[in-house]
Amino acid sequence: MAWTNKVMRVNLTEGKITEEPLNMEWAQQYLGQRGLATKYLVEEVDPTCDALGPDNKFIVTTGPLTGTMASTGGRYSVVTKSPLTGTVACSNSGGYFGAELKAAGWDMIIFEGKSPKPVYLYVHDDSVQLMDAGDIWGKSVWEADEILHKKHQDALIKIALVGRSAENGCLYSAVVNDLHRAAGRSGVGTVMASKNLKAVVARGTKGVGNIKDPMRFLQATEEGKRVLRENAVTGEGLPKYGTQVLMNVINESGAMPTRNMRETQFEGAHKISGEAMHEPRASDGQPNLTTNAACFGCTIACGRISTVDQGHFTIKNKPEYWKASGGLEYEAAWSLGSDNGVDDLDAITYANFVCNEDGIDPISFGATVAAAMELYEMGVITNEHTGGMAYNFGSAEALVHGVEMVAAGEGFGRDLALGSRRMCEKYGHPELSMTVKSQEFPAYDPRGIQGMGLAYATSNRGACHLRGYTVASEILGIPEKTDPLATEGKAELVKAFQDATAAFDSSGLCVFTSFAWTLDDVAPQLDAACEGGWTTEKLVELGERIWNMEREFNRLAGVTGKDDTLPKRLLEEAANAGPAQGKVNELGKMLPEYYKIRGWTADGVVTDETKQRLGL
Amino acid sequence: MKITLKLFATLGDLLPAESRENATVVEVPDDATPNQVIDMFKVPRPMAHLVLINGGYVAPERREQPVLAENDVLAIWPPVAGG
Ligand code: SF4
Repeated sequence: MAWTNKVMRVNLTEGKITEEPLNMEWAQQYLGQRGLATKYLVEEVDPTCDALGPDNKFIVTTGPLTGTMASTGGRYSVVTKSPLTGTVACSNSGGYFGAELKAAGWDMIIFEGKSPKPVYLYVHDDSVQLMDAGDIWGKSVWEADEILHKKHQDALIKIALVGRSAENGCLYSAVVNDLHRAAGRSGVGTVMASKNLKAVVARGTKGVGNIKDPMRFLQATEEGKRVLRENAVTGEGLPKYGTQVLMNVINESGAMPTRNMRETQFEGAHKISGEAMHEPRASDGQPNLTTNAACFGCTIACGRISTVDQGHFTIKNKPEYWKASGGLEYEAAWSLGSDNGVDDLDAITYANFVCNEDGIDPISFGATVAAAMELYEMGVITNEHTGGMAYNFGSAEALVHGVEMVAAGEGFGRDLALGSRRMCEKYGHPELSMTVKSQEFPAYDPRGIQGMGLAYATSNRGACHLRGYTVASEILGIPEKTDPLATEGKAELVKAFQDATAAFDSSGLCVFTSFAWTLDDVAPQLDAACEGGWTTEKLVELGERIWNMEREFNRLAGVTGKDDTLPKRLLEEAANAGPAQGKVNELGKMLPEYYKIRGWTADGVVTDETKQRLGL
Repeated sequence: MKITLKLFATLGDLLPAESRENATVVEVPDDATPNQVIDMFKVPRPMAHLVLINGGYVAPERREQPVLAENDVLAIWPPVAGG
């Protein structure tokens, strides 16, 4: 089996570490990573607990295929209750940390309680230790990573940690690993810091050697890699342009949320697109994109490594930013760029560097700045609030000011660190917050992509594209094209994407493989690696079970069907441009049908019958 | 009539060298079809995956029809995805 069968439980209050076997009965029901760790969470955590209190738990989890030779098999997730949304949170990351933790022999680490002083966990195979983090508390991710590498005198350790934003209580702080990969959304980093836990350092020498049928696994993973290689998206488009290839697609389709979602096309989109990242800059003749990069075991390599012009105002006298570093993904380019009306590619790349450096979710941050800019232009937020900086749409200076302030936890950064919903409420305009369940939207306007409105409204962690990416079908034609402006059939489509994604997220694989793979490609790899007869059907049912389990946790936490909605702007103000011009999102037409096919009541409650069918 | 042709991602190389922001203005017959423009610029048909006129999707069967009008924007991508 590809599970290590070992769970580490770390009681931070008492400073005690224990080992226990993985609950294999649950592993058969919930597989790993998102599914299995959420099962532990719902069994062990009171859904009504304070997300930033000692009763919340913080679970770092791998999947059965993490650390194996399967392509993209390097993923890990962080599962906890979110301080931003009050719902279940599960944030997924790539890089190398997850595979290293698995190679050290651990499926999962459950952190409980709260340490009386800053600590970090050091894991070297079976040798595990809580260590004093006094010298790295207050340091950025990048500084702390360097200090830890020097301290342990080991270039091969992999580190997941939080930056200053999390320590300062920014509600959308990320856990960053390998300097610029992040479990980004829902404030999971804020929970980690609330426990006085600065970092998890992993060094694994065991590998993942207990594959059920190694020969069959070799064949199945080879076949999977062939499919990825021969597919135009995973074999060509993603390595060359990364996710940023979407900037022009979504803009041309009229679904580009612009200036706090007031508009649906951004005139500066091309300047911050994947194509533009390849073009030499006028200033120094170099392109923004330096190279692409891959996470552990990945044969796609969609990652962006970028360099900002040394003469650019953002880094002119700051040589620490002159090196190549983690560049823009589409979501970050949108939130820092289009949503703020900023078309300065180097400025948004720098803002993205700072998000990595101090563990800030760029989606939530950028969307919160967008709301601040709207409030500023209305005269509600003034220079007095911002410390003298003009927060007009289009101002790269304001964006840079905002990110530096959030990173440091200073001045107006403290307002921005609340997230869009709380900040807009503070200034008396909750209607200007573009959020669902208090989490900021990603980069697709649901007036132009109707199914995404339903996916956002019903997402178990608030507005999110990674919980059901119907954009693939509605815009990109994967696996087949549907009409983005139609509402018919979207309830089924959203459910199918949500369930399949939950299965991918529980395997240890990257969900980007789903642009080329279906669960039919995943099942043979899992089945060769793990006991339990993993078929496509079993995976579909697994996904549905996970979805309903998360939904129940949220209901008990007080987040219910009444929260399955969208901001008024998207339901009442028509799109101003593109094919969706004149349209709003017609959530009301899709939601009742969605509840029905989910087997929920008309209020969106999971019925006993559905629970029974899914073995919940 | 004149239309604007936009070729994105790996298809960008098929545009004339002086094109900017992946776009060029082209003169086409009044009854030109999207597929004729696709062939004119040597875009391999299977690589013309996503074809939009003014942002609206043009299904493969409509690409043989004279659906273009003066000043339309015809935008084309190979299979792409992100997230
Ligand atoms: S596809 Fe991209 S994000 Fe996914 S594992 Fe590969 S490099 Fe990482």
